[in-house]
Amino acid sequence: MNKFLLLILMLFSNLTFGNLIYANEIDLSKYQGKVIYLDFWASWCGPCKESFPWLNQLQKKFPDVKIIAVNLDKNKQDADAFLKKHPADFEIIYNPSASLGTQFKVKGMPYSIIYDRSGQAKFNHIGFSQKKADQYIQEIQSLREPKK
Amino acid sequence: MNLPIKTFTRKCFLKTEAKVSNYKKSSRTLIFFGFSMLLSACSSLGVQPWERDILSKKEMIFGACVLEAGFEDHTYFSKEGSSGGRSFSAGGCGCN
Repeated sequence: MNKFLLLILMLFSNLTFGNLIYANEIDLSKYQGKVIYLDFWASWCGPCKESFPWLNQLQKKFPDVKIIAVNLDKNKQDADAFLKKHPADFEIIYNPSASLGTQFKVKGMPYSIIYDRSGQAKFNHIGFSQKKADQYIQEIQSLREPKK
Repeated sequence: MNLPIKTFTRKCFLKTEAKVSNYKKSSRTLIFFGFSMLLSACSSLGVQPWERDILSKKEMIFGACVLEAGFEDHTYFSKEGSSGGRSFSAGGCGCN
């Protein structure tokens, strides 16, 4: 009975906070053939709050684009509280050791890298601004279109 | 064993020479290690973007009174046409 309750609790927590996965590595080759938007964020970062609703819109607009948001908070509770306020409709990876921050040479918060279909990093952005949102979309659109 | 004086002095000389060359070798290795340690001295300078959460908190401002510091900062940037420098308790993301 306890196990059953635990299972229900686990399912419920998954629904509430999205699928928050702990990881020290990302295997981007899994998504080869897709445009990948890799985003690094933290709960204390102001522009990250702005970027989440935009990322949700982006995911709706381009369902074929794989959005992965890597959280670099030291405390999972901070990330959970952030996600409660700003729910995410895309994959969240939790990386408290920030090993991925070092690996991907994160230069600011938020920091995003856009990969083309062959897995090559084509664009990166330090910070997030609504004013540049059109530019971001144009970049993603250019990578989604098949090469002529 | 009685050695002739010439051979004795020569042996002593060789021994001291060997000692000196040993010292030279060990000091060279020491200097080499010292310099190689120096090479990594600046490798972890600065704060990484994801470590700015604590630094960007108001409590991290130098000085006892946050309000006074803010007031002084305001006066300073009004006069100098600049902001930041002492502290910047904004988002701390380093992107603005």
